[in-house]
Amino acid sequence: MDAVFLQILNGLDKGAAYALIALGLTLVFGTLGIVNFAHGALFMLGAFCAVTFNKMLLISTKILDPTVTLFKAYKEKPYLEIWFPDVGPVLVDYSVPLSILLAIPVMLLIGFILERGLIKHFYSRPHADQILVTFGLAIVIQELIKAVFGANPIPQGAPDILAGSAAVGSWIGLGENVVYPWWRLIYLSFSGIIIFGVFAFLQFTTYGMVVRAGMRDRETVGLLGINIQKRFTIVFSLATAVAGLAGVMYTPILPPDYHMGMDFLVLSFVVVVVGGMGSLGGAVLAGFLLGIVQSFASMTEVKAILPGIDQIIIYLVAVIILLVLPRGLMGRAGVMDD
Amino acid sequence: MNDLVLHLDNIQKNFGGLSALSDVNLQVEEGTTHAIIGPNGAGKSTLLNVCIGRLKPDAGHVTFYGEELTGRKPHEIAQMGVARVFQTPEIFPEMSLLENVMLPAFSKRDGAFSMNAHKLLSRQGDIRDEAEHILEDVGLQEQMMTEAGSLSRGDKRRLELGMCLILKPRLLLLDEPTAGMSRHDTNSTIDLLKKIKSRGMTKVIIEHDMHVVFSLADKVSVLARGQIIAGGTPEEVREDPKVKEAYLGGAH
Amino acid sequence: MKIGTMNDLTRFLIFAVVILAMPVWLDPLGGNYPDLLQKFAIYGIFAIGFNILFGLTGYLSFGHAAFLGVGSYAAVWSFKLFTMNAIPALMFGVLFAGALALIIGFLSLRRSGIYFSILTLAFAQMSYNLAYSVLTPITNGETGLQLAQSDPRVIDNMFVEASAGLPSTNLFGLTMSGYPGFYFCAALLILGFFISMRIFRSPFGLMLKGIKSNQNRMMYTGLNTRPYMLTAFVISGMYAGLAGSLLAITDPLAGAERMQWTASGEVVLMTILGGVGTLVGPMIGAGLIKYFENIFSAFNDTVLAEMFSYLPDALVELVVPVVGLFVGSGWHLTLGLLFVVVVIFLPGGIVEGVDKLVKFIRNREKNVGGKVTPQDQPGE
Repeated sequence: MDAVFLQILNGLDKGAAYALIALGLTLVFGTLGIVNFAHGALFMLGAFCAVTFNKMLLISTKILDPTVTLFKAYKEKPYLEIWFPDVGPVLVDYSVPLSILLAIPVMLLIGFILERGLIKHFYSRPHADQILVTFGLAIVIQELIKAVFGANPIPQGAPDILAGSAAVGSWIGLGENVVYPWWRLIYLSFSGIIIFGVFAFLQFTTYGMVVRAGMRDRETVGLLGINIQKRFTIVFSLATAVAGLAGVMYTPILPPDYHMGMDFLVLSFVVVVVGGMGSLGGAVLAGFLLGIVQSFASMTEVKAILPGIDQIIIYLVAVIILLVLPRGLMGRAGVMDD
Repeated sequence: MNDLVLHLDNIQKNFGGLSALSDVNLQVEEGTTHAIIGPNGAGKSTLLNVCIGRLKPDAGHVTFYGEELTGRKPHEIAQMGVARVFQTPEIFPEMSLLENVMLPAFSKRDGAFSMNAHKLLSRQGDIRDEAEHILEDVGLQEQMMTEAGSLSRGDKRRLELGMCLILKPRLLLLDEPTAGMSRHDTNSTIDLLKKIKSRGMTKVIIEHDMHVVFSLADKVSVLARGQIIAGGTPEEVREDPKVKEAYLGGAH
Repeated sequence: MKIGTMNDLTRFLIFAVVILAMPVWLDPLGGNYPDLLQKFAIYGIFAIGFNILFGLTGYLSFGHAAFLGVGSYAAVWSFKLFTMNAIPALMFGVLFAGALALIIGFLSLRRSGIYFSILTLAFAQMSYNLAYSVLTPITNGETGLQLAQSDPRVIDNMFVEASAGLPSTNLFGLTMSGYPGFYFCAALLILGFFISMRIFRSPFGLMLKGIKSNQNRMMYTGLNTRPYMLTAFVISGMYAGLAGSLLAITDPLAGAERMQWTASGEVVLMTILGGVGTLVGPMIGAGLIKYFENIFSAFNDTVLAEMFSYLPDALVELVVPVVGLFVGSGWHLTLGLLFVVVVIFLPGGIVEGVDKLVKFIRNREKNVGGKVTPQDQPGE
């Protein structure tokens, strides 16, 4: 029982990342009709927003090292800590959550530029062209990041206070050894809030209403005289921001590198397809589900029986679901049936 | 040998609780042109779709020369000799007219699948002759090498008809063959269909245009709200009060 | 689309001559290295095969690298177990890739459009992950599969005593590296081109074009599209297997990275860059990409600084890092940009671009003094 619960917990945080990326993918696909292979790269850009923010905070100057008294030694000290000796170190410690403040405007801007500059020209092009152009875009983004930040992963720390693990097991009456890192717990709650936020936005605002209507029947909404173009831009920026935030918060869990976008993209696409193209609920459900399934497949007991299963389980599930349920778990008829 | 070409036996089709066809019975005799008319939304296209295997009926059977059609795949039904002209012409827009007609000719000769990758198209003289002949029949021989997508709507329809004719079908289904056509195109299509009729091909035709119906049909069935409400020769149907009511009543 | 053989015969002969003469005309272009020439031919085969699927049927597979990888592994195993002769290696490569394509194709082709793309991608990623993990006894995991002195090489050892060093791949004694290796690949490329041309011009090819153009009409014409698609898929998988085995023949090792989806993306790019659905387009695309990869990768900052040395120093300092982004290890950035630019501005690829240019010039000649009619928008 404990082991099962632990595996579910372990699957949730990865599942949350899948769900957030898949949510944006679905939003873009459902409203704009665009198959966006660059969405994983946007997730990665978000992660590098956190890296950039951290680097900005740590812009340093050389000062005399006071601890070395025998000779003149220099060490790097961030300006921030020189100027604000009290707040500075705290800011650095909290750089990951704080970088959300940077990531939101940056990602919205990137989304805006991409949609206006590139994506909008592809609304009426075949899906194959969309796949190809966004695939190219993904390569461009990834290579630019590689050129700027190098090829190695750049670890980002969670705030010190969240470094340990939460005794989740004892909270709910399970064994003491059911523990879960605090940061993952934060990530999970954060994802929950974002997912809830997106759904609330779609459900309770007029904007969202039009977007939902557009997902059902784009032409009619266009005919109603609603400025669809503007809304498309906003939806794309929103999806970009969601992917970006998912990336920012994921950095303490997985040190970001330039190809993390591609790694997550392939899986997220599988998630979208399993959930059902165009179904937001399906994307979230499938994201968590596949995260958990993957976590179970990585258990030593399971691997002993089926070696290598952890490597392929997601694809295997995807293949089976696609072949048995052509429209995925929650896909509607008529979406991408061709 | 059954001279009943098509037999629809108590066909029932619902779309999510909405009944599109209920207890439809229809018998099409060999060599006749059978028109199905009816107001919009009467279920005419659904009926054709059931015949060619695009839709599966919820109840009832469709037989073709006594053989069961229900549950068969579209390509199997087509191989049995049922061809269809669609409301919006289904052609191969990127190919030349000649290729458009040659392709079905291969289907007729080689069946549903044949691994004929080693042959050369240019060596298929017989197929090409046949295709040119058909294009002549439908009056498109001069544009043989043009891309089909660039044709006018009327010409696309003629091309599609040619693609069906080269299959030498035992039953040809036509879904509003003159919809959206000019008077001139309509008349030339009627002439073309009359020409085929003289060869004794069995046809089921769905049509709005009464002019077309009365110049072509031997038998007429009237479909309204998913049911056959009248049938007979064009003259009988024209006089049937129920038909008038269905059309006029439905028009309000 | 013209139906004529005469035209095709000339086309084929020109193709063959151009390929075989590559060492001559690539010399002034700095491309006359056997290794590079082999790559041209091998990736040409890969792209030509991919085009049989994507170009003719319009089904975009994102998993063809899996077949390339399997071809390589099968070939290396043939070297290890049986003989260093290239022919069995090549046959094993094609056979195994074909078998894998049959399985993957059978399942993936139950869906079309983007679902098909995702399914092929999923299968390829599965193969890649398996090659790295469980299948390590067969693939040798991250290290890659290599020849070893202790390999059995049953057939070879029946005839000759094993020598001290590692044996090299050969074609009945002719070593398959350097120029002989290139000519071997080139011969197979020409054969592959010929087969592809025959398929394009066959009733079978017409059926595949029909599937791309209008599946509905195909069905209601009495054609069963599934076996046509599957055959095309297997054929293109076998081309990929052939290319994979040639990679191993010219350089006897095989690694899982060959199966990664970026490799699948590369063959897609080659095909669209040259021209999807055209006969020579994929070869042109493959050649250009491998050529520029070679040229661009060779650059580094020192070379660049020398190149721009005629500029004022301040400008050099500005230009070198910027250009440096796109060359050397930044070659992939150029590749990505190329991808975007081609899809946006030249969806028909280079072949269509050249066609348009020729038409444009002809029109101008016709309308001397008159107005030039605007050209059609790129077809979609």
